[in-house]
Amino acid sequence: MSLEVSGLTAGYDGEPVLHDIDLNIADGAIVAILGANGAGKTTLLRTLSGLIRPTAGRIVFNGAELTATSTRHRVSPRLRGRAGRAASVESRAHRGLAHVPEAGGVIAELTVDENLRLGGLWRKDRRDAAKAVAEVYGRFEPLAKRRSALGQQLSGGERQMLAIGRALVARPTMLLLDEPSLGLAPRITTQIMEMLRDLRDQQGLTVLLVEQNVRAALSIADEGIVIALGRVVARTSAADMLGDDAMRHAYLGF
Amino acid sequence: MDRFVFLTVDGLSHGAIFAAFALALVLIWRGTRVVNFAQGTMAVAAAYIAYSVTKATGSYWLGAVAAIVAGLVFGVVVERVVMRYVAHTAPLSAIVVALGLSLVIEAIIGIIYGVNYLPFPAPFSRTSYVVGGVPLISPYDIFVFICVIVVMVGIGLLFARTAIGLRMRAAAFAPETARLVGVNVSRVLTFGWALSSGVGALAGLLILPTSGPGLVPSAMDLVFISAFTAAVIGGLDSPPGAVVGGLGLGLVLSYTSGYIGSNVTELAVLALLAVVLLVRPGGLFASRQGRRV
Repeated sequence: MSLEVSGLTAGYDGEPVLHDIDLNIADGAIVAILGANGAGKTTLLRTLSGLIRPTAGRIVFNGAELTATSTRHRVSPRLRGRAGRAASVESRAHRGLAHVPEAGGVIAELTVDENLRLGGLWRKDRRDAAKAVAEVYGRFEPLAKRRSALGQQLSGGERQMLAIGRALVARPTMLLLDEPSLGLAPRITTQIMEMLRDLRDQQGLTVLLVEQNVRAALSIADEGIVIALGRVVARTSAADMLGDDAMRHAYLGF
Repeated sequence: MDRFVFLTVDGLSHGAIFAAFALALVLIWRGTRVVNFAQGTMAVAAAYIAYSVTKATGSYWLGAVAAIVAGLVFGVVVERVVMRYVAHTAPLSAIVVALGLSLVIEAIIGIIYGVNYLPFPAPFSRTSYVVGGVPLISPYDIFVFICVIVVMVGIGLLFARTAIGLRMRAAAFAPETARLVGVNVSRVLTFGWALSSGVGALAGLLILPTSGPGLVPSAMDLVFISAFTAAVIGGLDSPPGAVVGGLGLGLVLSYTSGYIGSNVTELAVLALLAVVLLVRPGGLFASRQGRRV
């Protein structure tokens, strides 16, 4: 079991956005997280990666405890950040959890190459880190052509590729993606979705995909989870979600 | 003509000193996006350590090493104990806290060492070589120039070529994203503070033999202001900018004091700052501005 979440409650400035979320994500699954704007999808990803501290609930990733809001479950001291008892954001990245935020988070002032290398700096195996960067260039030809371009000079599609590539350099076991298709042409969206599926097929990568582009997400997902007002309201296989008219109308709007 | 040459060289030697300190400010800005307004006082504190060590051992160089190490330690302590709790709030908070810290440090130094001027001699002769009848440059000036060039090149290489430099830039530009890709931003910021404080201590060591009657708790206050001006003129992001800004400032002060009068030098500094910022708001060497993506 890749990710187990139970009773997760989190929000901003004391205002809870997520209420009592339970999730179980298996290794190698592609799961689409769907829902309206403001439902809490981004908040969920940010809580999983550690940017937001939950007020209640447990997150266990690859068997390691990431949060400690009760005394029964302890977070390993090696993972803990400076402030608080939860695993720090960077330690989660080191354990294989890669979060690609909304709009990618490409650092505008650094070049493509620097952005990519940054993703692998924490790794002790320098040779493999360099190899991983080379693999990303092999997978994303447009990036290979623009190694010295600054982040701000890239097109939307290139930026998204760079953001995903940078996450892959760390050789993660789980990828959290926040609306990777945002602002991208349909053709590029398809390319990216296919690439994600290939990564799962070839490397067993687990993918948690928050998307507004429901069709694109469900085209590669095994399962869809619908979130509304901070709670999980539906969870079925992608096929059922697309096939069941009532469910589609109710939750997906088409 | 002789006078011009003399003023030029004099201006450049003083300018090199401002440049040294401006480099420390650029370092902290690039590494942490905070300007350390306590940089001057921290450098003075390090210089007092040099004074004590030199007095105890008789060696200037041991004192210098002790000062730089002290600078590194002060940087870590200030970041860990004070700055990390304010840096992420409004930028003004960091400035106010740093100014307060300055006052505290100066007071503590005064308590320990007293407020009389203490002698702080230079390690090389300050007598200028005479070239063609004009007193030009002294061994100490050459020493200062070399130190400044080495530090400038070192900082440039650090940021452009090393892994820690890349981490520092990422942590400064986009700390949240940096954390997501595994950079320990907290540790990187501490390192940035340590390094910049070390460079500040070095700059203090270079400056103090030339400024005023000697070492006193407030010795670096005016230098800080001039160096800050130099750094802003050059563009806070740019090490070469800091050096050009420092040298330029030194020249302006020298010419103003030599040709117009020493009572308008401060005015000249402010005028220079105003002109540069009007023409190039980002500073002379402003790097390409990035948009947040």
